[in-house]
Amino acid sequence: MISTENVSFHYTAGSEVLQNVNLEIKDGEFVAIMGENGAGKTTLVKMFNGLLKPSEGAVLVDGVNTREKSVAQLSRDVGLIFQNPDHQLFAETVAEELAFSLRNFGFKEDTIQKRVTSLLTTLDLKRYEKSPPFVLSGGERKRVALAAVLAWDPKHVVMDEPTIGQDYLQKDHLRNFIVQIISQGKTVVIVTHDVEFVAECKPRVVLLSRGKIIADGPSAQILTNEQVVEQASLVMPQIASLMKNLKNLNPPPNIIDAYSARRFLSGKLKGELEARAPAQRR
Amino acid sequence: MDSPIHRLDPRAKFILTLGFFVAALMFTNIIALLVIFFIQVPGILLAKSGKRWLRSLRGGLFLFIFIFVMNVIFLTPIVTSLGFAIRFLAIMSAFSFFFMTTSADDLGLALEQIHVPYSISFTFTTAVRLVPTMAVDAQTVVDAQRSRGLELDKGNFMKRIRNYVPILIPLIISAIRRSVELAEALESRAFGATEKRTPIVILRMKAVDYLVILATFMGVGLALYVYFKVPLPNLVIPIQIPRLF
Repeated sequence: MISTENVSFHYTAGSEVLQNVNLEIKDGEFVAIMGENGAGKTTLVKMFNGLLKPSEGAVLVDGVNTREKSVAQLSRDVGLIFQNPDHQLFAETVAEELAFSLRNFGFKEDTIQKRVTSLLTTLDLKRYEKSPPFVLSGGERKRVALAAVLAWDPKHVVMDEPTIGQDYLQKDHLRNFIVQIISQGKTVVIVTHDVEFVAECKPRVVLLSRGKIIADGPSAQILTNEQVVEQASLVMPQIASLMKNLKNLNPPPNIIDAYSARRFLSGKLKGELEARAPAQRR
Repeated sequence: MDSPIHRLDPRAKFILTLGFFVAALMFTNIIALLVIFFIQVPGILLAKSGKRWLRSLRGGLFLFIFIFVMNVIFLTPIVTSLGFAIRFLAIMSAFSFFFMTTSADDLGLALEQIHVPYSISFTFTTAVRLVPTMAVDAQTVVDAQRSRGLELDKGNFMKRIRNYVPILIPLIISAIRRSVELAEALESRAFGATEKRTPIVILRMKAVDYLVILATFMGVGLALYVYFKVPLPNLVIPIQIPRLF
């Protein structure tokens, strides 16, 4: 479990980036941290593996205060994938790139070879095994960066803006991959502005604005709340906006409303429709 | 930031910096180099840049030690090795003094007005402007690699140097990518389409600037005199380094 207790942080005295942040992320949970630029999202996740230590309060990873461990020790459990893959790729080949962190963490050579081969296959990078990572496309470099972190099998995976520069198909692959790693019991935290991606993934949403948590709850509930979404300089997902606009046309109240939009986003409505369909066919 | 030093003409400040550079290159004598180093301190305090100057010195500490150690390893006497290291510090201090008190715009203007071709002055000022961006990039790269279990301070001296490879390569590659993108953006905006440029601001030297230049020439003259005519005492360090090769 990752938790923050009254966490405040400033880079320079007097300008608080985070103020009294209290957050609890349970094991196996899928959380999206959203908010406007400069809201403190990246600062918050950099505290999860100890890259930043809170100015006040405490960050606990599996009950251990991050002040008591080094970044290398914390990173063994918290894998942080940075927004720009170019900030981490350096090796001569993709395979070497994946092996780098495993060597840092002291894995044996035969384990390294097994894990590298397995991840190259899982993330569809096998054909680039011997290629330099710099010659790959943006989306492929992002996949290499993701594989390089997943290689050491961290318990908690944190992704900073994973959908930036990705086309719809790649986002779809990413979504499936996230589902896959959640099913392995891992905690997944993503930092993103991508409301459509979040609406489709349906994680728990934590909305940050000016260093404070302004909303925390299921995506279907948060992303259809116009007030908090606006406060965090985001827009509602298209489907929720459509429902709202339709509602403004004053249709009969039992046909469509924001409540239905929430249920649609949470999958309940879809489930009900699917349950109803066989009955209708009968 | 504003101070009498900041208000000096950039050309005068550059000549002053070159003066320190030339003087520092003349000597290997520790006392002379310490004088060249400490003579800069009043100017730095007048520019209210003491803290930043100390930070830049701290940044140069690694190279200071590196220069000293490498010279000792390759059989330079300890006193001379220390002299080389202090020379580096004196030169670094002079240039950081110049860059701390001169904005990139002033620097560009100065270069243009001493008839350096615009493409060259633009390249130079852009490089200066990109330094803070590169510093942010460097910190991000360090964070990214530390998150992958890299411990920069771990291992012996050679291992520590090797630890910087995963930092330097992404940094160099992102700098190259950025410069290519910048060049394309400039070309798309017709950079260099006009041969003759007309500056809005024209730098004019004031009396105090001429005084600084005069003082610089006098200082370099004095350094030459001391170098040729005055036998300077040197420090004696009673340590004998065993021959390695």
